[in-house]
Amino acid sequence: MIHALIASTPLYLFIIEILKFFGGIGVLSFQLLRDTFKGKVYWKLVVEQIFQVGNRSLPLVVVTAISTGMVMSLQFGLGLEKFGGKLYVPKLVSLIVLREMGPVFTSLMVAARVGAGFASEIGSMVVTQQIDAIRAMGTSPLKTIVIPRVIATFVSLPLLVALTNVVSNFGGLLVGYSELKLDPNFYVLKIIQTVTLMDYFSGFLKSFVFALCIAIPSCYFGLTVKNGTKEVGMATTKAVVVSSILVLVSNFFLSKLFWIIERLT
Amino acid sequence: MIEVKNFRKSFGSKEVHKGITFSVKKGECMGLIGGSGVGKSVILRSLIGLEKPDSGEIFIDGEEITRYKENDLVEIRKKVAYVFQGGALFDSMTVYENLAYPLREHTKKSEAEIKKMISDQLGEFGLPAAEGLYPANLSGGMQKRVGLARALMMQPKWILYDEPTAGLDPSNTRKIQEHILKLKATGITSILVTHDMPTAFAVCDKMSFILDGKIAFEGSLDEIHQDKSGIVKKFIDGEG
Repeated sequence: MIHALIASTPLYLFIIEILKFFGGIGVLSFQLLRDTFKGKVYWKLVVEQIFQVGNRSLPLVVVTAISTGMVMSLQFGLGLEKFGGKLYVPKLVSLIVLREMGPVFTSLMVAARVGAGFASEIGSMVVTQQIDAIRAMGTSPLKTIVIPRVIATFVSLPLLVALTNVVSNFGGLLVGYSELKLDPNFYVLKIIQTVTLMDYFSGFLKSFVFALCIAIPSCYFGLTVKNGTKEVGMATTKAVVVSSILVLVSNFFLSKLFWIIERLT
Repeated sequence: MIEVKNFRKSFGSKEVHKGITFSVKKGECMGLIGGSGVGKSVILRSLIGLEKPDSGEIFIDGEEITRYKENDLVEIRKKVAYVFQGGALFDSMTVYENLAYPLREHTKKSEAEIKKMISDQLGEFGLPAAEGLYPANLSGGMQKRVGLARALMMQPKWILYDEPTAGLDPSNTRKIQEHILKLKATGITSILVTHDMPTAFAVCDKMSFILDGKIAFEGSLDEIHQDKSGIVKKFIDGEG
């Protein structure tokens, strides 16, 4: 009786859901690693997915990047002007973009666009028995559906982050020149003087981890759709929410890790 | 030969299959019939390892497959074709790519050979102009025929039909029946899950009727007509 009561509590159900998720992700990641390095990789499908993930995300990422850079430049400019610190805007904007905002904002945008796309597309394939058909023909949905998407995200996201880094700083420069009346040459020079390779890579390298945080859970939620189209919507929502949370949480630990590495070097 | 012994499966607390046993000899076509929800499709799916029974054995050509892992099932799945209810065509691929998929995956045929095979197959199924179309551009009947055509690309020894005529008009139903009969004439062994009794009577050699999780009747078409218990007749007449 007490056991049944505990089993029906929201907390208990939540814990079970979390354990199921991590168990499922663990198994899927293991299978992905095994099949990627042991079996055949469908490079044609990978290229198709790079186009879907990378190329099709370009407008969203560029708009987000340029507006982020412009807003940061404007806000820092307005704030620092009061203390005569307007000249520090290029330093601040470039460091924040390269270390945090570039990778995190780009990943969140990709989580929303690509994560939702993966979960809904794969979920619909489950509902319409296309995944069963792949298995029934003696082929693997992991190799034809999941691996190309994971590799494509792993390749595309860092490239998108690299682009964001440039575009965001360009946005900052535009506002610095037009609103804060900073000389563009001075702005660029300050960025070059301030930014080190460590600053760049501490942000850029995070994007490889973020790519996995987006692609693997999104495919997992798509593959675990069971009871019709209603669950496709739920899987899509879960994919976006969970991958965004994973990006934000892992960002803290990665920042901490790079901070330790910087201190040691 | 396909043999199922003491197949048991539960979903949650509900025991759907309570020891199903049947066998289909080489060249035979068996109809698996029963009311909705008795688990006919689950049995069919289990025959190629898409589902696992809780207990029991499934023999395909003498190989017991219930303990096989996904990789072990590949060779079985190349020989057993599964025709899905809705066709299950890949909607991101054209008809040509759908038909080419199993050949590209499992054979080393050149693209010219694949093209020739697909062209012949679509001609056989009366769909010569469908090559470049996407599944969304096909009618329900055409989707089912393309699904059947795709299932046959690997020249299987066994075919499992899951409601191949569900939702089709009489003309398309007749076309599917003709295809099943043609395949049967080539000696292919098959199992047909259906609610469409005219089709079952037109193409099957024998039928197994599932009731309350067990095979309640198994016999030839003549035996159904002579069955004194009348349970199959009641089902067919909509009284059971």
